[in-house]
Amino acid sequence: MNVWIAIGLTAAGCYLVKLAGLLVPADTLERPLVQRLAALLPVALLAALTAQQTFAVGSTLTVDARVAGVAAAALALVLRAPFLVVVGAAVAVTAVVRALGG
Amino acid sequence: MTASEDRDQVGGLDRGPERGRGPVGGSPVVSGARPDRAVVRDALGVGVAVGLSGFAFGVTSAGAGLTLLQTCVLSLLVFTGASQFALVGALAAGGNPFTAAAGAFFLGTRNAFYGLRLSQLLALPRWVRPFAAHWVIDETTAVALAQPDQRSTRLGFTATGLTLYLLWNLTTLLGGLGAEAIGDTAAWGLDAAGPAVFLALLAPMLRTATERATAGLAVVLGLAFLPVLPAGVPVLVAALAAPLVLWFQGRRIRRGDATSETSAKRDV
Repeated sequence: MNVWIAIGLTAAGCYLVKLAGLLVPADTLERPLVQRLAALLPVALLAALTAQQTFAVGSTLTVDARVAGVAAAALALVLRAPFLVVVGAAVAVTAVVRALGG
Repeated sequence: MTASEDRDQVGGLDRGPERGRGPVGGSPVVSGARPDRAVVRDALGVGVAVGLSGFAFGVTSAGAGLTLLQTCVLSLLVFTGASQFALVGALAAGGNPFTAAAGAFFLGTRNAFYGLRLSQLLALPRWVRPFAAHWVIDETTAVALAQPDQRSTRLGFTATGLTLYLLWNLTTLLGGLGAEAIGDTAAWGLDAAGPAVFLALLAPMLRTATERATAGLAVVLGLAFLPVLPAGVPVLVAALAAPLVLWFQGRRIRRGDATSETSAKRDV
């Protein structure tokens, strides 16, 4: 049930912000501070999510095979690999390290 | 997802818009009227790349413990990739539905700013907007903004939206089914797909010191509060990195530091 509540809230919230962009007068969101905050929010969220999903097991921090996988993804990004190669490298390296007992 | 030289490399459901660049292969868009076929080819290129990451979402969502129906409803009704990955990640970590939805919602707020730019370029009648709104995401914005005139902007938006919507939902279903078939997703390293997707979306956003400082602070906050706050809350605390960095920057400017003022303006 909790999962359905979360799905309902996310679906409604995400739809309404999309619609708001198309409906509100253009000058409402065009204040420089609002624009800069909107650009920085995803940066903060994505950085925190990357770190948490790399190091967290429940509410504890740990270092396991995922770290090697995400490091491989980072290397692929530095080498300007396409999106699918980046994700594929993370999955493959994690699987190999885990199979080796990491 | 967001503008840099390698933006075009990112093919998740959250690719950022970058006006004046082709969405495929990084080739600059030639100005002037574009043939419909070229616009549709852009849309299909983006759609195929993103459709494949829908597979990763389906697998991740199933691995997070959601049912196949829940996974598919998310892709059908939320239809913005980073928010979907964030939501299933938060639920898997044991977050309550409200904090989990809040994190996903804040990631989705950027779509409002895409809509703002698109509404001027598409010039849609008011009654069409509630229908078009569902497709206002990174990739449709990227393709639409890259078009030189209103006709091709509308075509690019519609073709990308349609292609993505069909492929994203189809591959989500396949991913969910595939995860059920392979069983333990962690043994296959699929638990690394989520963070890798986030990192791929984040990388092209890290253009200036402001963005890098925000990301660094968010990582510290997100990890430091993880053991002490309920699941899902630490990521919301980490989101405070954005206003904090802006506030510090504003304070430096008010102190009359001419150098930081110029650099701050350049960031906009």
